[in-house]
Amino acid sequence: MSASHITKKLAVLFGLLLVPGIALADYTLNMTQGITPVSKEVYGLHQLVMWICTVAGVLVFSVMIYSIINHRKSKGAVAAQFHESATVEVIWTVIPLIVLVAIAIPATKTLLDIEDPSKSDVTIQVTGWQWKWNYNYRDEDLSFFSNLATDSNEARQLGADTALRDKADTYLLNVDKPIVVPVNKKVRLLITSNDVLHAWWVPALAVKRDAIPGYINESHFTATKTGTYRGQCAELCGKDHGFMPIVVKVVEQSEYTAWVSAQKAAAAAAAGDSNKTFTQAELLKKGEAVYKANCAACHQVNGTGGGPFPALKGSKVATKGPVEDHLKLVITGKGIMPPFGPQLNDADIAAVVTYERNAWGNSTGDTVQPAAAKAAR
Amino acid sequence: MSDHPTGIKRWLFTTNHKDIGTMYLWFSFTMLFIGGAFAMVIRAELFEPGMQVVNPNFFNMMTTLHGLVMVFGAIMPAMVGFANWQVPLMIGAPDMALPRMNNWSFWILPFAGIMLLAPMFIGDNFAAGQGPAFGWTFYEPLSGQYDKLAFFIFAVHLLGFSSIMGSINIIATILNMRAPGMTLMKMPLFVWTWLITAFLLIAVMPVLAGAVTMMLTDKYFGTSFFNAAGGGDPVLFQHVFWFFGHPEVYIMILPAFGIVSQIIPTFARKPLFGYASMVYATAAIAFLSFIVWAHHMFTVGMPAAGELYFMYATVMIAVPTAVKVFNWTATMWKGSMTFETPMLWAIAFVFLFTIGGFTGLMLGVAPVDFQYHDTYFVVAHFHYVLVTGALFAIIGGVYYWLPKWTGNMYSVTLSKWHFWISAISVNVLFFPQHFLGLAGMPRRIPDYALQFAEFNKISSIGAFVFGASQLIFLYVIIKCIKGGEKATDRVWEGAQGLEWEVPSPAPYHTFATPPEVK
Repeated sequence: MSASHITKKLAVLFGLLLVPGIALADYTLNMTQGITPVSKEVYGLHQLVMWICTVAGVLVFSVMIYSIINHRKSKGAVAAQFHESATVEVIWTVIPLIVLVAIAIPATKTLLDIEDPSKSDVTIQVTGWQWKWNYNYRDEDLSFFSNLATDSNEARQLGADTALRDKADTYLLNVDKPIVVPVNKKVRLLITSNDVLHAWWVPALAVKRDAIPGYINESHFTATKTGTYRGQCAELCGKDHGFMPIVVKVVEQSEYTAWVSAQKAAAAAAAGDSNKTFTQAELLKKGEAVYKANCAACHQVNGTGGGPFPALKGSKVATKGPVEDHLKLVITGKGIMPPFGPQLNDADIAAVVTYERNAWGNSTGDTVQPAAAKAAR
Repeated sequence: MSDHPTGIKRWLFTTNHKDIGTMYLWFSFTMLFIGGAFAMVIRAELFEPGMQVVNPNFFNMMTTLHGLVMVFGAIMPAMVGFANWQVPLMIGAPDMALPRMNNWSFWILPFAGIMLLAPMFIGDNFAAGQGPAFGWTFYEPLSGQYDKLAFFIFAVHLLGFSSIMGSINIIATILNMRAPGMTLMKMPLFVWTWLITAFLLIAVMPVLAGAVTMMLTDKYFGTSFFNAAGGGDPVLFQHVFWFFGHPEVYIMILPAFGIVSQIIPTFARKPLFGYASMVYATAAIAFLSFIVWAHHMFTVGMPAAGELYFMYATVMIAVPTAVKVFNWTATMWKGSMTFETPMLWAIAFVFLFTIGGFTGLMLGVAPVDFQYHDTYFVVAHFHYVLVTGALFAIIGGVYYWLPKWTGNMYSVTLSKWHFWISAISVNVLFFPQHFLGLAGMPRRIPDYALQFAEFNKISSIGAFVFGASQLIFLYVIIKCIKGGEKATDRVWEGAQGLEWEVPSPAPYHTFATPPEVK
């Protein structure tokens, strides 16, 4: 590779830093601007500090490199013996101080913009669970869980076929149910946790806030562009920390209103299921889906468990034990197993218990109806 | 000498600072390879998207143990090893002030290491990851979910005992046993940095002990210090942890500053520029380290005033750190430089540590930290500071003093190969992690979205080369101990200081009669 070729490559690399929009998707070098006023401010501040550091680095490193090249014994350099100067020390203490003040002023402004407590249009309570997010639209009486999408979940199992991974829709960054927010409206997030620490992070919104049990953290964003924006849990929360993504769909107000009505109608229909009676085949089919989405992460798809997570295959609870105990365990949780009562409706709980009592050779033949789940609550 | 124990008993019962220094350094080297092996597992799993090598929980255990082993097992004991060997030699003392306690501070360490690592093997499902898997920062409430937490807590307590005793010993030695004429402001800079580091250790290790004791009673005795459901506060844990954790960062880097400040003047053949300002800058960094801890937790939801205070205090650290870099540069300026192996590592330290310093400044700016926090940008930052910072200084220090310790010169060719392979591969390993972080890849995840694939692959390749190149280091050291060209007493043409006045290898007992320092 010739020297000019290398120079060209370097120029392209630095050019990409300046113009992130045209960076190749797979070699993104820099932060992106995001789609909120705050995220643009943060991006500007990042560029400012990065360039100050780059210039300072180039200056200091140039002096060092010059010295290394010229002040070497092999070139006959004789060591000077100077070793202190109060003037020089004062100068190079004061200059960094001035630069820091120049950084601190815009940084303070941006920080105060981020912590803006003014009134918001939509309020969503975000609750971290191991390992999924719960969203509760406070003004709409609408609440749902958001899990890693099934295709990604299958592809991320140890030793899974790599074809699954490449086929999956936005591998690891897709969910079964995204949250939807209106464009150009101020959205307030109330972030908390049900178990351990999590952190809700969507880079394009410049929101990263810890979800802490016992605390309600507040954060805001106003998206100025419609589209789908993705993020991930940013605070280590245990085994499946890498597998609880966040998807935010920013839509026009009219579409948002329609989405809310549709969600409410769907929730009402699901609640209706709790009063129905199903056949065993229906329950098994539904139960398998619920199991894969909620239980397989710990107890494994084949029910064998592993480590601190007990096997369900052949276990006392899922075979010989009474149905009521099985239901209670699912509803209230135990130890590190979270309670599923608040996460699943009666039909889902009945289905998953039916499934667990009849899968992997657990041949109890039991059929558990939603009414039993309701009674066990 | 006939009544001296030999064989294993020599090492078990020794109170000699050189023997104990050697044991600290070998312990550290062993842990470096164990922690390095964990890092190889991490990079192998991250080599491409998808899960190929280990379970997610095993991966978390690897990141946790890699961090703990490197911080508490490799870097800190290596620095104490240097202190044991060099502080008495550099201040003209016959030994450490408290030799029997010195023996005990070392011999606690291997047991702490076993206690830390053993839980991996306790249980019937090795592949599930049975050891600690809650991150080296062991945040509550996640750590409270771990079923073998007591092992971890007792390991931390033992490490704390060892560090505190080691620090008391170093302070007592430096303050009481300096040769006549060696005033505080005549001490070599390495001694100064360790004096300040020892005070930091004594101040913060008890805080860490307090944190893990609260974890212990929360887990086993029904208290609720960190349990919100019982009226406790999970954020309190982070405040207590980082009140220890931030000074801990300087505990690992200040002695590295000291080593580099010994090496650069030697090979520039010119006295250290701004000795006094280097001492003051070290003290200033140590002081600031106590009042900036919450910059590790900007995202917990502090009030804006708190975020502003911690941002201002944090970026202030850039000032004394910049002063240090300027002083090293000025020491090289108009020197008569040669580039023996220790100098190569020291120069690489100054360049690469400075990059870590710059990213540290970026991270200190709170509103932008909301984007950087808990991403690979942070991972890149602290590896530039701790690997190309602390570890490079340690390796440089070994190459600097090894001829004095063994009496033999090592293979210069191999040691330069070691340097160039390491210096290049470490940047292939860590530099792309800046890009990954800025593009949005969180840290501590075992698998990632496809857009992160390329830089992860490059980073992993760098990691494998960097890891393998440390085997050259092991080979060079063993070969040097076994023999080689005899080193002169001064070893390096420009070396100054009392340690170069004694023969090479340094005799078992040195300075039985204190030297006179003018």
